[in-house]
Amino acid sequence: MTATALAADWNVARIRDDFPILHQRLAGDRPLVYLDTAATAQKPQVVIDKLVEALTQYNSNVHRGIHQLGDRMTTELEAAREIVQRFLNAAEPDEIVFTSGTTMSINLVAHGWARKFLKPSDEILVNEMEHHANLVPWQMVAKATGAVLKYIPLTTDGRLDLTALDDVLTSRTKLLAVTGMSNVLGTVNPIGELARRAHAVGAKILVDAAQSVPHQATDVRALDVDFLAFSGHKLYGPTGVGVLYAKRRLLEQMDPFLGGGHMIREVFHDHATWADPPAKFEAGTAPFVEAVALGAAVEYVTALGLDRIHAYEQSLLDYATRQLAAIPGLTIHGPAVEHKGAIVSLTVDGVHPHDLADLLDREGVAIRAGHHCTMPLHELLHLTATARASFAFYNTMGEVDALADALRKARRKFRLPG
Amino acid sequence: MVRRAIPALPCSICPDAKPAVSDRLSDIYDEHVLDHFESPYHKGRLDQPTCEHSDRNPICGDQITVQLQLDDAGQVKQAWFDGKGCAISQAAASMLCEHVEGKTVAELETMAAKDMLGLLQVPLTPSRQKCGLLAWKVLKTMVYSQTHPQNDAAGATP
Repeated sequence: MTATALAADWNVARIRDDFPILHQRLAGDRPLVYLDTAATAQKPQVVIDKLVEALTQYNSNVHRGIHQLGDRMTTELEAAREIVQRFLNAAEPDEIVFTSGTTMSINLVAHGWARKFLKPSDEILVNEMEHHANLVPWQMVAKATGAVLKYIPLTTDGRLDLTALDDVLTSRTKLLAVTGMSNVLGTVNPIGELARRAHAVGAKILVDAAQSVPHQATDVRALDVDFLAFSGHKLYGPTGVGVLYAKRRLLEQMDPFLGGGHMIREVFHDHATWADPPAKFEAGTAPFVEAVALGAAVEYVTALGLDRIHAYEQSLLDYATRQLAAIPGLTIHGPAVEHKGAIVSLTVDGVHPHDLADLLDREGVAIRAGHHCTMPLHELLHLTATARASFAFYNTMGEVDALADALRKARRKFRLPG
Repeated sequence: MVRRAIPALPCSICPDAKPAVSDRLSDIYDEHVLDHFESPYHKGRLDQPTCEHSDRNPICGDQITVQLQLDDAGQVKQAWFDGKGCAISQAAASMLCEHVEGKTVAELETMAAKDMLGLLQVPLTPSRQKCGLLAWKVLKTMVYSQTHPQNDAAGATP
């Protein structure tokens, strides 16, 4: 089927039935129009049910107890690891490390790999569209190792300027850290091409896939990425759990980040030896209940189909872009629809993003306002804040209309023509 | 995959549940707030302020600078502000500058958060109070450093 046919085929009313939170009425008996999925996604009933099932039927610490509950929970956890492995098309389940989220996953690579292998005058390549989670850890690594942080320039419409890539991606580059999809501009980066060019100069590539994984199919082997991080809660799963994918050889070379229980092979009075990956990186009690429910979330989106999700969300984005462009004084920041995912960050002349978010909330329209953990990007845009509407497969075209109506109403509130 | 029809909330489990967000008592974008936002009092910069201080709200990026010109008796002759941010933060700064002129530093020391919220007159949620109180926080920090000057010699006094 073509993308248009896939999108037309989408039964959004039926899918919304899977998400209990979407059916509540807010103040003034207004329906909830949830356009903040990029901050955190709502949870389908199957994920809620899985949490309840784990907590009511087999809650027990994993990899420990020689009892039936412990065995069941361990089996469920390792099944979730295999679900994530298949979702990413990783070569083996042991390449999937459960963490607390994207930030933890990136910091794990920063401590376990970068601080071990980077030397003074080695270079780490980043860019200004990165979330602070994929910027600050590398600033800290640079400070600790003497490595140098370099930036890929952005085009004026907010894409990586690949014509300038050869100037900054050189034999000195040891790591290219890049987002799969910008959490502000929505820009989708060409990860396969970036991986190829990074490897050509002997560099590794780390992908912050927190925003991209929920919206498009991700194949770590086809893309040939070295490290990939994402969070459970943006993928319709629980908070407190995330994933680091890394090639097995890299996980073997890396030092552990946190020391403690479960990550050891043997402990002596003065030293310890490490367990094999992924246990080496899962010190302490893992968020096993959340990881099991993340498995249910991954199965849910897989059953819906990432290609169908992508096609429908792009049709929402296309409609939203056209509806919002007609509002006076409104600017959408970021590239054209064909280069981005379902995120619209905007400003309206004369109304601060915070005031927009407040006024939209009165209409039941939930968006986010602020710098979205991307202060260098906002500095580049000469803005202190933007208002961001982010879309998911459970949003409707009618909700896009509600957003546009609420934005016009906000302008009128500020005595501007709507 | 099991798809279940979910009843609209409030649900059978919690029939008396209130909506997650309650109606606000009155409009925070009241006319007098929008008036201050559109035509602020003393927005700009003094050439020679007696003291000035800046701060920002790291969450939303609101930024405010407050400048005071004091006379020898410690009375505020002029108060000015500059900054960028939402209507609440900017209107609050304008109201504050209008309010403090003629007051003494000693009087400003006693100005509490509730006094600032009283100037705004509109009910703010906890998250928007950060906007409404930013200029007041800047002023209080500045007044504190005026009345508690760094005394570098203190430790070295024989």
